Order: sequence, then C-alpha cells, then structure tokens
Amino acid sequence: MSAAKRLSIDRIACAGRGVCAELFPERVDLDEWGYPVIPDPTVPEHLLGHARRAVAGCPVLALRLDPAPPER
Amino acid sequence: MTLQSEASATHSAAPQPPGGRLLSGWFATGVPADLDQHLLRYGPAPLPGSKETVTALITAAEEAGLTGRGGASFPTGRKLRTVARARGTAVVVANGMESEPASLKDEVLLHVAPHLVLDGAQLAAAAVGADVIHLCLPRTRAAQRSTLALAAAERRREHLDRIPVQVHALPHHYVSSEETSLVNWINTGNARPLATPPRPFEKGVEGRPTLIDNVETLAHLALIARYGAAWFRTAGTPDAPGTVLVTASGAVHTPGVYEMPLGTPVGRILDTAGGAIAPIGAVLVGGFFGSWLPIEQAVRTAFSKSGLAAAGAGPGAGVIAALPHAACGLAETARILGYLAAQSARQCGPCQFGLPAVAEDFAQLAWGGLDRTGFDRLHRRIGLLPGRGACRHPDGAARLAATALQTFTDDVRQHFHRGPCPAAGTHGTLTVPTAPGPLQEGWQ
Ligand SMILES: Cc1cc2nc3c(=O)[nH]c(=O)nc-3n(C[C@H](O)[C@H](O)[C@H](O)COP(=O)(O)O)c2cc1C
Ligand code: SF4
Repeated sequence: MSAAKRLSIDRIACAGRGVCAELFPERVDLDEWGYPVIPDPTVPEHLLGHARRAVAGCPVLALRLDPAPPER
Repeated sequence: MTLQSEASATHSAAPQPPGGRLLSGWFATGVPADLDQHLLRYGPAPLPGSKETVTALITAAEEAGLTGRGGASFPTGRKLRTVARARGTAVVVANGMESEPASLKDEVLLHVAPHLVLDGAQLAAAAVGADVIHLCLPRTRAAQRSTLALAAAERRREHLDRIPVQVHALPHHYVSSEETSLVNWINTGNARPLATPPRPFEKGVEGRPTLIDNVETLAHLALIARYGAAWFRTAGTPDAPGTVLVTASGAVHTPGVYEMPLGTPVGRILDTAGGAIAPIGAVLVGGFFGSWLPIEQAVRTAFSKSGLAAAGAGPGAGVIAALPHAACGLAETARILGYLAAQSARQCGPCQFGLPAVAEDFAQLAWGGLDRTGFDRLHRRIGLLPGRGACRHPDGAARLAATALQTFTDDVRQHFHRGPCPAAGTHGTLTVPTAPGPLQEGWQ
C-alpha cells in the first residue's frame, strides 16, 4: 500500500503559464515554449505537498492528481 | 472460376463465406454489391435477439481475436464487452473518415461492400444495446455519403435493421477522425479532439457509453457473426488472425487496396501489388503517423501488430508505401511533417508549437543547411512530442520523424556534408495532400 499519486495534465486546457514548474520543480520542467514536461508523473508521499500546491495554483486548472495506477 | 466453385461451399453443412472475405464479392462480380446481391451472397445479418445470443456474439468476437483496423489494433471483443456492461443506453459510431492520406481501404470497402459494414454496425449495436448508429464519413466523399444513406434507408424499409443509422459528413482533417473528434462533432459540431478521460466508451455521444469502430472492423464482425470465430482464424496467424485491407502505394506496379492474411511479410504484400518498379530503399508502414523501415528489414517483417512491433512499427491504418532507393527519404518525410503540422488542431502547446518546429527543422535538413546545433535541437524536439497532446497526433508525427532519421542515416550524412541531394528537389514519390488545411476550412 502506498499513498503515491500521479500527476496528469489536461493538455487542451493548459495555456503554458508555467506556474506548475515554479511550484513543483521536482517533477515539472518547461519546454522552450513554456509548456510542461513531466518525465516522471508519479508523486511519492513526501512530494504531495508541492504537488497539491501546483494543482491549486494552476490558473486554468489544467493539473490533476490521480490515484497512482496499481503496480504490476 | 475458382470463385464460383468456392461459392457452392455455402450449401455445405458448416457455414462458409462464399469465395473469401471482405472483397470477395467484388472479385466475383466486379460491381459494388447492392442489397439484393448482398443478401444473395450472405443472407441477412444474424442479429442477436436474446441475452444469450448477445453474449455469444461478443464471445465470438473475442475468440476470433478480431482487432481494430482503424489504427490502434485494440481487441474489438473487449471493447464490445466494456461498452455492453456500461450503464446507460449505448451509442455506436462507425468511423469511415479515413483521414490517412495514404489509405484508400475504407473508401474502397464502403464502395464495394457497403452492406457488410452496415451489417457489422447493426450487430455491434445489438451487442452493446445501442439505440442509434452514427456513420461518420469525410465531407469530401459526398457521393459515398448519399449512397450509404440510401442503402441504410433501403434496409430500414425492408425491415432488415432495427436500429436507425445517421450518416454524417464531417470536416476532413487528419485529426477530425480521431475518436473524440467524432464524439465532439456529433455533440457540438466541433470536430477537434477532446481531453480524456472520460474516454468515449465511458462517456461519449450525449454523455452515453459509445462504441467507436473503424468500418473495416465492423465488416469483419459481420462475417464472424455468420461464420464463427474458428472460421475467422483460418486466415492469418494465431496471434494475428484474420485478413486485413492494405493500401499499397509508392513505387509498385499496381498500387491499390489488397486483402491480405495478417502476418503476411511486407515483401509479399509488395509482390502482390505488382512488385517494385524501381529498386526500393525503404517502406513507410502504417501511414503518415507510421514508421520508415529499411527495405531489407521490411520485406521479411510480418504485417501484424506483434510482427511490426518487433521492428518498431505498427500496422496503423493498413498502409505500406514503397520508396525508391533513388528518392530522398528526408525530403519525403519533411513534406509529410509539414502536412501533419498544418493539420494540428492547435489546442495543445506541444502540438501547436513543437510539431511545426520539428517540421521546420526537418525541412532545413532536407532542403537547406541544418547545422550540428540544429540537428541536436531537432532530436530534442522530436523527443518532446510523444505523450504531450490530448490526442496521439504528436506521437505519430514523432514516430515518423524519428524512424526517418534512423532509416535514412546515409542521407542525413550526405545532406550534412554536401547539402541537399538532387533527389530532394524533385516533386516526391508519396502524395501529400495540398488541399487547404483546418486553418482555412475550420472544424465545423
Ligand atoms: C490522429 C488520429 C487520426 C485517426 N484517424 C482515424 C481514421 O481516419 N479512421 C479510423 O477508423 N480511426 C482513426 N483513428 C483511430 C480512432 O481514434 C479509433 O481508435 C478507431 O476508430 C477505433 O476503431 P477500431 O478499434 O475499429 O480500430 C485515428 C486516431 C488518431 C490519433
Ligand atoms: S495533440 Fe494536437 S491534434 Fe491532438 S488535440 Fe492536441 S492540438 Fe489537437
């Protein structure tokens, strides 16, 4: 049992404001046009605080935290 | 004459489809099958009327191992079962959009055997408990739209069909045929992809569970319902059963649509299309969102999901295009990437900005001078496309670009050291549409 979660983005809603990269630099990078790059979407428990901050801070509400898919 | 003797097999105890599969009627008669001919050949579709027969139909699709022929090769039986189980009255959408410019198979199938597709749609609708069928066709095929609407009306008059069919004509862009675009267009009149989840099987047309299948997939289902899973598996391989419609184009003697057993080596498909008209260097497999394979590798690769996956490719919409050795693969790819970039729905940043940037870099590689820095940038930009759009349009473009750089390494070296090759300047082998794109035509 882990409380890990998964970060996902609504790519259509995303307007490339870059707030997520500022609030959650551990997981979110930006490409040359300012759109998020997330090489590893899993969010372990100790990063949940930053992740929630980013989700709440996104001005277009494009970020979401989902339950992590079960490990296979 | 063999076709005739095979036709007599219908009268034997174990039901057999007369003379083969999807295109057999056409090869036997040379004319599109109207309703009378269709009924003569196949009889009416065995629509399930009870819970048991519905279950039997879904089980047959599963046991047949039928997979989607629209691009992703997803197991059709599993999709049927999922939608059948979902809460609420379902909707069926038949995808006849065929936005892939190198594909002709859906147009050909709908032309020669429209009633097999309509049978399949009725069977699928009965299986999932749908009360309406939407058949989506591109606006550019107006004649086909009216033919299909008349055919559906005739079936209804003859009391062959239980479920009403609506035939639609949608804007013809590369991504207006993606499944969420169809849902969006039916719901709101906008043929651009939607963010997922929810996926259409959960919440699609009118918020109802929606089964979306390619028209060829439905036609196969119509035959499986009649002749069974075991019969279906008599063609193809155990892990890729059945036949597939393949559009072969490029430098072959007789380009066209061929029905092949899945798992046939690509080389044999090229032979079936008359063989090469010039020495071939590479083959584009899957379509514009497919993969380039060097000819030596392509010829022995089995045309199936698993066979092609081993080579880093996929069957996509059943496309193979042969590129002559003398042609410039970089210029061909640059043209296709330019087209794909212009086809973006411009909803997602990486697709709106990243894809045109990749196309631009690639054009410089093909026709201008792309320096080392530019080349590294191109690699980085290609790597940043996959998984970063609402739909998989950027993923497909990235696959095309990445496999081109692998397959045409010699050309890349040439272009670096000596600039564009002479072949880069010619008009190219693969036909890339020049029709105005979505920016001019819109999405309504
Ligand atoms: C950019 C894009 C374009 C697509 N175009 C088509 C198309 O023209 N026809 C089609 O049947 N499926 C197309 N698809 C696949 C559909 O989204 C969907 O998966 C398919 O219609 C499902 O049917 P199947 O399971 O029978 O293959 C496309 C997918 C993408 C990402
Ligand atoms: S990825 Fe491209 S084509 Fe797909 S929805 Fe986003 S912008 Fe549109």
